[in-house]
Amino acid sequence: MDIIELKKIAKRIRLSTMQMLEKAGTGHPGGALSMVEILVTLYFEKMNIKPHEPNWKYRDRLILSKGHGNPSYYAVLSEKGYFAKEKLSTLRQYGSILQGHPDMNTTPGVDMSTGSLGQGLSIGCGMAIAAHMQHEKFRVYVIVGDGELDEGQNWEALMSAVKYKLDNLTLIVDYNKLQINGSNEDVMGIAPLDKKFAAFNWNVIRINGHDFRDIRNALEMACSTSGRPTVIIADTIKGKGISFMENNPIWHGKIPDRVQFEKIFRELEGDI
Amino acid sequence: MPKAMRDVFGETLCELKENPKIVVLDADLGSATRALKFKDVCPERFLDIGIAEQNMVGIAAGLSTCDMIPIATTFSVFITGRAFDQVRNTVAHGNLNVKLVGTHNGVCVGYDGATHEAVEDIALMRSVPNMVVLVPADAKETEMAIKAAIAYKGPVYLRISRIAVPDIHGDDYKFCIGKGEVLRDGTDVAIISTGIMTSRAIEAAEILLKDGVHASVVNICSIKPIDRKLIVEVAKRTKRIVTVEEHTIIGGLGSAVSEILSVEWPVPIRFVGINDEFGTSGAPEVLLEKYKLTAKDIIRAVKSF
Repeated sequence: MDIIELKKIAKRIRLSTMQMLEKAGTGHPGGALSMVEILVTLYFEKMNIKPHEPNWKYRDRLILSKGHGNPSYYAVLSEKGYFAKEKLSTLRQYGSILQGHPDMNTTPGVDMSTGSLGQGLSIGCGMAIAAHMQHEKFRVYVIVGDGELDEGQNWEALMSAVKYKLDNLTLIVDYNKLQINGSNEDVMGIAPLDKKFAAFNWNVIRINGHDFRDIRNALEMACSTSGRPTVIIADTIKGKGISFMENNPIWHGKIPDRVQFEKIFRELEGDI
Repeated sequence: MPKAMRDVFGETLCELKENPKIVVLDADLGSATRALKFKDVCPERFLDIGIAEQNMVGIAAGLSTCDMIPIATTFSVFITGRAFDQVRNTVAHGNLNVKLVGTHNGVCVGYDGATHEAVEDIALMRSVPNMVVLVPADAKETEMAIKAAIAYKGPVYLRISRIAVPDIHGDDYKFCIGKGEVLRDGTDVAIISTGIMTSRAIEAAEILLKDGVHASVVNICSIKPIDRKLIVEVAKRTKRIVTVEEHTIIGGLGSAVSEILSVEWPVPIRFVGINDEFGTSGAPEVLLEKYKLTAKDIIRAVKSF
């Protein structure tokens, strides 16, 4: 797809994301905004999917391990046609198909329920192993947050992906450097991520996570790597696209006030 | 000689290899759980995940969404405790077709001591929505419960003892999830029992008969869903209940029975089980004595009415 077209979609997704959060009055803007380009490239260019047949057996799978980032994920699924756009305004409300964290049993297109952090990569390994056992070609994508890498289960899963030679598994780290309590490095210290993944024998690619060409090329390289899994460390900006939210950890799980939302929509609508 | 239930587990797994959807996962305890037997006959669908139970349960969850039937195996304390969040949030919440098998549980783990003796696993698994909990009482029921768990679509926790107990069931025994079974009929009291304690309940009933006490013995392998109808029926008939389990009395079979009868047919109940304490090291028979889990203790409970 044309990069200009992808950029237009990303802008629409950011606008939808903030509209959803305004309506819900609760949720996580920062990490939803940092992974927009990654989601758009995957769903609009890369993944082999059939939105009208969400459970198609041979589809590529995506696990949003950082489940709290789901507003932009839901916006992308809706834009792809998995469900009606009107549903977006029901985010987090009683009876909604759009739960506070992704729920595979209520939302068409969600391949795995997540929310308790650090579990997505193990699940992705299981799906990728199934593909190998069944001699099927589908690919598995897992998006993790950087703060989520504090969870030890990730590092167990990193080893198993190498053991089982899961070249059909791609891990994408939304590396926006911030988590609830502040910077990753102040909270626990996950750097140097590239060296750590390399030491676990993964194929490591580092990119600008807001650059569509970078994302596209990295995903291509992941596909053409055989015998081992690939991790794409995507340098991103938490709160990307909204001037006063960028790189500020307070917007991890905080909802702007009315005046701030007016500014947000002026910025985002002005873009479109 | 009756077979150890874990041996039956290993043998039944081997039988299941003909089903191409079955995948057996092990967390480096396959020699103890007998899961390694499956590796001998079907190495391509055996996954040794290493000492990483949380990862094992996650991988099982992923496999299940791709039309495989994963059986994740280790000791009960690790699969229900170490990996509880993975079981709750991924497997049970997603209602995934994952089978969780713990082969070492209760004080019959024996010499390994408290850290390896799950005495709360039934309570943990029973409290999680969507989860089916099965606790077989002998070799034949172990085989049938495993097969029933595979035939059922959804999450199941199977508590299989490492030890051997006397055979209760014949070759023609049929097990059905959600059904209990009356092993002996008596009208003075009903002993409702699960797992390895059921053979001890029968032993107690036989001794009681010599004293002129006619006890029913009800075996409950399917702790969740539980056979409410049968439990109410026996309560109506016998008016006194003793529950028996190799598990803490908090949240296990006794609690499940009480939850039903306190609403539907209140009768006095006595609980034979572990009294809110950890296990310890020792021979299984010695520990069953220490934790008051023998026929003698069941008889004492019956006579306390």
